Amino acid sequence: MTDNAVVEQTDTNAAIAVLKEKFPDAVQDDTREGYKGIIVDKNKLVEVATAIRDELGFDYLSSATGVDYLGIGDHLEMVYHAYSTSGGPALVFKAQTLRDNAEIPSLIDVWPGADFQEREAWDLMGIRFSGHPNLKRILLWEGFNGHPLRKDWKEAYYEQDHKPFDSRWPGGHVFRAEERNVYGKNVAYPDDLDLSTLTDVSEESIYSGMGLGVSVQNLGNSEHLQTDRLIVNMGPHHPSTHGVFRMVVSLNGETIESLEPVMGYLHRNHEKIGERNTFLHNMPFTDRLDYISSMGNNHGYALAVEQLLSQGARWTPPTYRAEAIRVLMVELTRIVNHLWAIGFLLNDLGAFFTPALYAIAERERILDFFEATAGSRMMCNYMRFGGVFKDIPERIKSVANLVNDMVRDFNTMDYLTELINERLPRAVDELDQFLTDSEIIRTRTVGVGYLPPEMAIAYSAAGPLLRASGVPYDIRRADPYSIYPELDFDVAVRYNGDIYDRYLIRLDEVRESIRILKQILPRLERTHGENVFGPKQHTPRVPLGEAYGRVENPKGELGYYVVSAGDEKGPQNPWRYHVRAPSFINLTALGEMCKGHKVADVVAILGSIDIVLGETDR
Amino acid sequence: MSELDLRELNNTEFPVPADMQGNVAITSLSKLYNWSRRSSLWPMLFGLACCAIEMIATAAARYDFSRFGMEVMRASPRQSDLMIVSGTVTKKMVVPIVRLYNQMPEPKYVLAMGACASGGGPFKEGYNVVSGIDKYLPVDVYVPGCPPTPQALIYGMIALQKKIDGQSLANMDDVPWYGVGPAEPAPVPILGPDIIDPRQMDLIRRQAEMAAAGKSFAVRALPEPIKVEKAAPKAAAAKAAVAATDDPAKAERLRKREEALARKRAAQGQNAPAAEAAGEAPTPAQAAPVAEAAPSEQGGKPKFDKEAMMAKIRAKKANKG
Amino acid sequence: MYGKGIAKGLFVTFKHFFNTYVDDIRYAGRKYLHQENFEVRQGLRPNGGAYTVMYPEEKIAVPERFRFIPFLVVEDADHPERPGEDWCTSCGICAKVCPPQCIWIVRGTNPETGRPVPQPDAFYIDTDICMNCGFCAEFCPFDAIKMDHDYEMASYDRTAVHIYDKKRLSKPVSYWKTIAPTTALEEAVGRGQWEHNDIAKVLKKAGQPTTAPTIENMWLKPEPLAETKAPEPAAPQAMPAKKAAPSANKPAETTAASGDKKPKFDKQAMLAKIREKKANKE
Repeated sequence: MTDNAVVEQTDTNAAIAVLKEKFPDAVQDDTREGYKGIIVDKNKLVEVATAIRDELGFDYLSSATGVDYLGIGDHLEMVYHAYSTSGGPALVFKAQTLRDNAEIPSLIDVWPGADFQEREAWDLMGIRFSGHPNLKRILLWEGFNGHPLRKDWKEAYYEQDHKPFDSRWPGGHVFRAEERNVYGKNVAYPDDLDLSTLTDVSEESIYSGMGLGVSVQNLGNSEHLQTDRLIVNMGPHHPSTHGVFRMVVSLNGETIESLEPVMGYLHRNHEKIGERNTFLHNMPFTDRLDYISSMGNNHGYALAVEQLLSQGARWTPPTYRAEAIRVLMVELTRIVNHLWAIGFLLNDLGAFFTPALYAIAERERILDFFEATAGSRMMCNYMRFGGVFKDIPERIKSVANLVNDMVRDFNTMDYLTELINERLPRAVDELDQFLTDSEIIRTRTVGVGYLPPEMAIAYSAAGPLLRASGVPYDIRRADPYSIYPELDFDVAVRYNGDIYDRYLIRLDEVRESIRILKQILPRLERTHGENVFGPKQHTPRVPLGEAYGRVENPKGELGYYVVSAGDEKGPQNPWRYHVRAPSFINLTALGEMCKGHKVADVVAILGSIDIVLGETDR
Repeated sequence: MSELDLRELNNTEFPVPADMQGNVAITSLSKLYNWSRRSSLWPMLFGLACCAIEMIATAAARYDFSRFGMEVMRASPRQSDLMIVSGTVTKKMVVPIVRLYNQMPEPKYVLAMGACASGGGPFKEGYNVVSGIDKYLPVDVYVPGCPPTPQALIYGMIALQKKIDGQSLANMDDVPWYGVGPAEPAPVPILGPDIIDPRQMDLIRRQAEMAAAGKSFAVRALPEPIKVEKAAPKAAAAKAAVAATDDPAKAERLRKREEALARKRAAQGQNAPAAEAAGEAPTPAQAAPVAEAAPSEQGGKPKFDKEAMMAKIRAKKANKG
Repeated sequence: MYGKGIAKGLFVTFKHFFNTYVDDIRYAGRKYLHQENFEVRQGLRPNGGAYTVMYPEEKIAVPERFRFIPFLVVEDADHPERPGEDWCTSCGICAKVCPPQCIWIVRGTNPETGRPVPQPDAFYIDTDICMNCGFCAEFCPFDAIKMDHDYEMASYDRTAVHIYDKKRLSKPVSYWKTIAPTTALEEAVGRGQWEHNDIAKVLKKAGQPTTAPTIENMWLKPEPLAETKAPEPAAPQAMPAKKAAPSANKPAETTAASGDKKPKFDKQAMLAKIREKKANKE
C-alpha cells in the first residue's frame, strides 16, 4: 500500500535470509522444537522491525504479545507476527529480555498498532517498553499489585497450576472458593499493605494522560482550567458504548481534541485461566470472547491447536463435511454479527431500536438453528480439534418438557435452504431499502470518522474497518484456511473509510456470506453421512511448539497464539494462550478517528468499529 | 394481561357482587401498592457481558418483556427500579455498579442474571472477577445459567414480581425504604492493590499487622468435609412411590409433575429477605480466630497429610537402605 | 429529491406495521396459545406480523441438544433389578473435562473394606460456576450425566440451593428418553442396548442376548433378570452396585466387581494398606 519501492517479498524464508544478511549479529533463527521465525537482539529491534516493514513488505503487525518462560530459559519474550497486506504467511520475530527489570524497545514508532498491545504486555506481563509515550496499565488499574500473567504470580483463589484440580475427584468434598479466603472474597493483599497511605490513583493517571497539565485533585481550582475546555467522561455505564467501555473525551466547545479509551471493565482473565486449562477446556471459554460470534471464535482456536496437533503422529485432519459445516456455521455467525452491528449502529445514531429489532428478528431464526445443532443459542462450543461436536441434526425438533411448552419440528436442510435462499436475502434487501438512502443517516455518517488506508494498516485495524478504508485484506483470501480456496466469493471493499462505508461494507459482506452459504448447501447434501469427528479425545497429546491460528472473524482478524511447552511427554495445558482480539486492536485507531469531530459523533464512530467488550478486555 | 383486570386486584376478604365485578375493586393498600410496583418495573439500560445480549434479546420482539410493563429501559439510574446485573462483575466494574445502585431511587431491586453475577461463574477463579454481586449489593433474584435463555430471564422476572407481591406495607423488613431517616448507601469499594471493601477495613488492618509480625494466613482452612449420607435403601422407597400406578410412563410423568410443582412451590415460598446481610461471606471471616487459621495448609487438606506420610516412609526406607 | 430516502425507509416500517394487523386477521384470534399456529409463526415463513412468544402461557420448547445445568441419570424407580441406582461409576472423567471445574465427586467406598466401588458417594455441581458447555455429557463413557432442559430455576437465595447435590441432580433415565429421544437412541445404539452396561454384562454372563435398541422398543419395560436363565444366585451377585440387602459374601463380591474393572483402584488401595501398616509400626 505504500508508494515507495517495496520489495514484494512475502516468502518468509527468503525474507529471513535477507534479514540475516543485513543484520548478521542481531538476527538468528529460532531453533527451539516446533518454533518458527527469528530471534532479534532487542537492542536492534527497532532497526530490524523497520527493515521488515519497509524493505520486506511485511507492513501489517498482526499480533504482539509476551510469553513468560519461567523454568524454561527464565526469560520473557515478546512475539511479533507481521504480515503483508498483499497476502501470504507471517514473519514471526521475537525479542527476549530477562525477567528482572524486563525492558524491550517499543515498536510504536514503526507500527502505531503496537500501542495497546504493548501496554497490555506491560500490564499483564511486566515488560517495560522504552520509548512508549503512554505506558500505563490498560486492563487493570494503576496501583494493582503485580503483573498477573507472570508464571509466579498467583491469584487469591489459586488452587493448582493446572486443571484438572485434585480436589475434585475422588475425594471431592464441595466448597466455595471464598470459604477458603480470610476475607470471604476474591482478594489477596500484599504483605506490606499500608491502609493509611492508600489512595485511589486509578483515575488520576487517566486524566493526567489527557494533556491538560492539571491534576484531578486540583480541578476545583479553576485557574488551571480554561473555561472553554471540558473533559467529558463517557462510560463505563453508557447505553451507547456496547458494554462497559469508557472514553474520556477532551472537548473544546463541542469539538473533540483528544480521546482516551479506558478499558478493562470486563477483563475476566481469559489468558491466565486459559493457561491453567487443558487445551480442550479453552474451547467453551472462547465462546465468551466475542459472544455474538462464538462459532468464529471456536474456529480460530481449533485451527491454532490443530496446527500443533498436525505435527504429531496420530492426527487425522477434519473430514470434508466437518470443514463444510464449520464454514456454514462461521458464515451464519458473520451474518448474525453484521446484522447486530448494523442494528446497533443505527441505535447509536438515534434510530432507537427499530432497525435493531428487525435485525434481531433474523438473528433469532439463525440462533434457532444453532440451538438445535450445538445446544445453545449463544455459547455454541461447537468445534472440536479435528472436527465438530456433532453432525447437523436431521430435524430441528423440540420436545415438550415444561408446562405450556409448544413444539416445533422442521427438516433441517429445508430450514437451511429456505433461510439462506429466501429469508436472509430478503432481510438484507429490506435493511438496505430501510436505511441506505436515508438522508438523515447519510448526513450523520458520510465523511465522519475517516480513517485513511495507510493509517488503517499502521494501526493494525482489521476486518470491516480495514476494508472500508480501501485495503482489500481478508484472511479468507490472503492466508486461506478451511475450504475457502474452493469457494467463490469476493472480498468486499469500500474506499471512503467513513462510517457510512463501514455500514455499507457490512451489508456487502452479508451478501457475500449468503453467496458462500449457497455453495455450502450442495456440499452438505453431497457429503451426507460422512463422519464429522474422529475418535473423541478429551486430553489429546499436543506436540511441543508454538502456533498462531487466525481467522477472519466478523469483527476482524481473530488470532490465537498458543504455546505448548514445559512437559516433555506432551503437555495437556497450553504454556501460553493469547488472543489477538480484533475489537481490542481496532480501538487503537479510535482516538485518531474521533479527533476534530463533534462529541455526538463519538458514539457513532465507536458503533461503526463494532466492538464487543468480552473480546476487548478478555 | 394486556388489559387492566380489576378482579386481579380484588381482596378476597370483601366479595364484590357479581354484577359489579369488573367495575369495582375492593383492595388493601398493600396489594394496590405491590401491584403497581410490580407492573412497572423499569430496568436500567445497563449490560455487562454475554448475558446482556440475551437481555437485549429478551427486550426484543420475540420475548418482549414489555408485556410485563418492563419495556422502559432507562439509561439513567435515577429513573429505574430494577438493576439487572447481566454478566461478569469485575473488580474494576464493581465500583461503578455500586455507585449506580446508590443512585437508584428506592424501592429498588437487583436481579443477578447468569452464573457470573450470581457467584462468579466460569471466570470465578480469575484475579479480576468478583465472586457474585451479592458480595457488595443485596440481590433479590438469582437466575442461573450461562447465559440464561430469554425465557429463563423472564421466569426470573416473574419470580421477582411474585416476591414483590408477597411484601407487606406493614412489615418494615419488606419495605425498609419507609423507615425513619435516609437509607444507608452501599459502601463503594476502593481500588487499591486489590479491591478493598470498606466494611472489611478492620479485618484488613488486622491481617496486615499479622503479616508484619511474620504470620501470613491468607488462605483459611477448608471447612470440614460434608458428611456423606450413605445410600439409603432406595429400591423400597422408590418402588412404593410408583406402586399406585402400574404404567411406568404415567408414573414417571406424575412424578415429574410433582417435582416441578415442588420446585415452583419452593421458589415461591422462600420469601425470606434474600442476602439482606449484603456482602457478608457465607462464613464470616471474623469468626475464624487466629489460632484456627494458622495451621491452614496442614489441617485442611487430607491429601497433603498423605503425601507427607509417604515422604516420611520413603525417607525411612532410604535410611534403612 | 431530498427526503425520498427517508420516505423509502419509512415505507418499510409502515409495511411491518401494516402486516401486523394482516397477520392478526389471518389467525382470527387464534394466533397465540395454539400449537397449530405456533410452528408457522416461529418458523421462517411469516412475512410480517408479531412473532412474540407469550412466555408463561406459551413457551418455546427447547430442542433436543439444548444444554442447561447437568443432571445425573439414574435407573427408573420401577426397574426390576436396580431401581433408582446410579448410572454413574464415579470414574471422574466429567470432573476432569469440566472447564471451570464445577463438579465435585466423592468416589464410593465399601464401608467394610475401604475399597472403591463404582458408584459415587456424593456428587456436587456448583451451578454458580457451571458454564453449560456440555463436556461432561459429551465425554461421559457411561452416558450417566446429561444436560437438562429445565431452565426455570430462578431462586431468591443462592447460598442454600445453588450447589446441587446428588439427590437434586438425579433424574430417571426415562426422563432423559422423554426430553431427548433421538440422542438417547443414538447413545443406546452406541452401547448396544437400552440398558446400562452393567446389566448388559450380567446378561452376557447369563448367556442372554441383548436386543438391539430401536425407537420401538424404547419404552419396553426391562425384564427382571432373576426370571432369566440362571437359577443360581450368580447374576445378582455380580451386580457391581452396592446392594442394600446384606449378603454373606459381600466383600468378595465387591472386590471382584471393582477389581477386574479398574486395576488402578487396586494400586491405590494397596498403597493405603501399606501406609496403614507403616503407620501402625511407628
